[in-house]
Amino acid sequence: MFKVEVHNLFKVFGPQPQTILPMIKEGISKRQVMEDTGHTVGINNVSFQVKQGEIFVIMGLSGCGKSTLVRCINRLIEPTAGEILIDGEDIISANHDQLLDIRRKKVAMVFQRFGLFPHRNVCSNVEYGLEIQGFEPTVCKEKALQALELVGLKGYEYSMPDQLSGGMQQRVGLARALATDPDILLMDEAFSALDPLIRREMQGELLELQAKMHKTIIFITHDLDEALRLGDRIAVMRDGQIVQIGNSEEILTNPADDYVREFVQDVDRTKVLTASSIMKRPDPLVIPKDGPRAAVRRMQEEGISSIYVVNSQRQFHGIVRVEDAMRLVKQGVHDLEEIIIKDVPIASPDISIIELLPVAFNAKTPIVVLDDQNKMRGIIGRAAVISSIMGEEK
Amino acid sequence: MVTIPIGKFFEAVIVWLRFHFDDFFNIIRQGLTSFIDGFENMLIFIPAAVVIGLMAAIAWRSAGKGVAIFTVLSMSLIYSMGLWPQTMQTLALVLTSAMIALIIGIPIGIWAARSDKFDKVARPVLDFMQTMPAFVYLIPAVLFFKLGKVPGAVATVIFAMPPAVRLTNLGIRQVPEDVVEAALSFGSTPRQLLFKVQLPIAIPTILAGVNQTIMLSLSMVVIAAMIGAGGLGEEVLKGITQLKIGRGFESGIAVVFLAMVLDRITQSLANINRNRKM
Ligand SMILES: Nc1ncnc2c1ncn2[C@@H]1O[C@H](COP(=O)(O)OP(=O)(O)OP(=O)(O)O)[C@@H](O)[C@H]1O
Ligand SMILES: [Mg+2]
Repeated sequence: MFKVEVHNLFKVFGPQPQTILPMIKEGISKRQVMEDTGHTVGINNVSFQVKQGEIFVIMGLSGCGKSTLVRCINRLIEPTAGEILIDGEDIISANHDQLLDIRRKKVAMVFQRFGLFPHRNVCSNVEYGLEIQGFEPTVCKEKALQALELVGLKGYEYSMPDQLSGGMQQRVGLARALATDPDILLMDEAFSALDPLIRREMQGELLELQAKMHKTIIFITHDLDEALRLGDRIAVMRDGQIVQIGNSEEILTNPADDYVREFVQDVDRTKVLTASSIMKRPDPLVIPKDGPRAAVRRMQEEGISSIYVVNSQRQFHGIVRVEDAMRLVKQGVHDLEEIIIKDVPIASPDISIIELLPVAFNAKTPIVVLDDQNKMRGIIGRAAVISSIMGEEK
Repeated sequence: MVTIPIGKFFEAVIVWLRFHFDDFFNIIRQGLTSFIDGFENMLIFIPAAVVIGLMAAIAWRSAGKGVAIFTVLSMSLIYSMGLWPQTMQTLALVLTSAMIALIIGIPIGIWAARSDKFDKVARPVLDFMQTMPAFVYLIPAVLFFKLGKVPGAVATVIFAMPPAVRLTNLGIRQVPEDVVEAALSFGSTPRQLLFKVQLPIAIPTILAGVNQTIMLSLSMVVIAAMIGAGGLGEEVLKGITQLKIGRGFESGIAVVFLAMVLDRITQSLANINRNRKM
C-alpha cells in the first residue's frame, strides 16, 4: 500500500470552480480557461503515489501549481475534485475533527519563508504542534528539545526567531515539523529562501536525518539540482499537470517532452551527479574484533579477495587482503589490526563526479565514500566513475 | 422639490426605541452611574499624593524615568491649580468610556478580521461614526439616558470606538499569511489560531488602538460637559459662558497635561510589547 495516493486531482480558483471542470477535462488550455471564464486552473488531473520512506520531489517553474498541490494534501487548500488517500484513508471526505487529527499527528509542513511564530522563542515555536494537542508542558518541552537537538540547534532554545540566520530559522521550521513525529513531511520550497551554500548544507542534513527517520517526504522545488539531489523520484509539473514522473536518471536521460528536456539540458551531469549517487553498497564488512578467521570466511563466501574493516559504528578502518588474513590465521594471531591497509582512496558523499575523476585515475582499489563522521557510506569503482560521465550510470 | 423626511424617520426610530426599551436604558443608566460615581469617589477619596505616586509608578514601569517625572510634575501642577477633584472626575469618565469602547470595539475588530463580509459592512459604518461631528452623538445619548455622566460616557464610547475596531482588525489581518498557514497546518482550531497566534502578534497594533481610543475619549471631555458630564470640561465651559477666562484657561491646560500623561503611558505600553522578547 502507498503512503500517499493522489488520484485525478483538480483545483480551480474562482467563483464557480465546478462549472469549469468539464472545460478542463475537454483539454482546453489553462490560458484559454482564464480568458474565457476568469478562472485559474491550479491543478489539472494530477495523479501520483508516494511510498513510505520515499522522498518524492515535485518540480516545476513558478506558477505551475506546486504549492497548490502540496496544500491539497493537508487541505490548507480545498481541492475541486479528485481523491487523496493517506494510508488508504480518504482525506477529502474527512470531517473537521478528523482533519485536525491528520494535521496534528500525520502530516507536518515546512514553509518557504519559514512561517515561524515571531512572538515565540525557538523552543516554544517547536512546542506549538504539541501544545495545541493538549500535551503537558513538560512533555512538550522534552520533545521540543529532542527535535532541536536533531536539527543541531541545541543552545538556541531561548533565542527569538528574528535573531537567527535564515538557515537556522529553517532548522527551527524543520524541528517544529518533526516535534509531533508525523509520518509525512510536506516541504514547500523549504530551502529556496536560503543562499546556495547553506542550501546545500541543509539538503545534506535533510538526507542524513531521513536516513535515520525514514519519513515520507513530499518536497517542492523549482530547482533541478535540488530535485536530483534529494529526490528518490521526481515529478515534473507544468501548468497544473504532471508531465513526467521518474527517478533522476530517467528524468535526465529520458525526458518525456521538450519542457522537461529544456529543464534538464543545462545540467552538467558531472557536476550534478555526486559520489553518493553512483556509489554501491559496501558489503561485506567486518569489524576488527571478528578476527582473521571470520574475515577469511566472509571473503570465501562472497568470492572476493579483500574486505572492508569498520567498527561497530560503521566508522572506516581500512582494507584487509585475503592472503594477509590467512597468514594471521596460520600464525594464530587474533587481532586484524596489524594487517589493515589504511592507504585507500576516499571521498565524501557530496563530492561531484568531476572532482572524483583524478582520485579515480590514481586509485588501485575502489574509492571509499566516507561521511564527515568517517562512517562508511559506499564504494565506487573506477568503471562506475567513467560510465557515469559517459551518461550510462547504473 | 421633494423633501425626504430623514429627520422625521430618525425621530420615529428614537421614539420607538425609547418606548419599547425604556427599562433596558434605565438599567444601563443606573449601572453606569454607580460605576462611574464609585470610580470617581475612589479617586477623590485616595489622597492626591498617593494617586500621583501610583500614576508615576505605572509610568516608570511602562515608559521609564523621564515619563514618570513628567507625570509627577503635570499632576502636581494640576493639583496646585486647585483642579484635582474635577480632574479625577474627568479621569474616571474617560477611563470608563475608553474601557467600554475597548470591550465592545476589540471583539468587533476581531470579527471584522475574520469575516470579509462583516468587514465590508463595518467599514462604512466606522467611517460614518468617525466623520459625524461628535456633537451629534449627544442627541440620542440625551434622549435615551437623560442628562449627566451616563449620556456623556455613551456619546464618548461611540465616538472613541472606531480606532479600537480598526486597529484590532488591521493588527490581525497583518499577521503574515505563512504564519497563519503554519498554525493551521499543525491542526490549530480557529480559537487556538486566534488566541495563540493572531492576537499575540497583533497586540502592538491593538495597543496603538487603545491609545487612540483613550485620546479620543479625552477629546470628548468638553463636549460631554455640555450635557452635564462635569469634570474639567465643565470648568472650560464656565470659562466660556461665564467669562471666567483664567479658570477656563487653567482647565484647558489641565486637560492637555492629562492627555499627555495618558498618551505617553499608553504609547509606551505598545512599544514595550513590540520590543519584548518572551
Ligand atoms: N488563492 C488563489 N486564488 C487564485 N489563484 C491562485 C490562488 N493561489 C494560486 N493561484 C494560481 O494558481 C496557480 C498555481 O499557483 P501556485 O502557488 O501553486 O504555484 P507554484 O508552482 O507554487 O509557484 P511558485 O514557484 O511561484 O511558488 C498560479 O497560476 C496562481 O496564480
Ligand atoms: Mg509555491
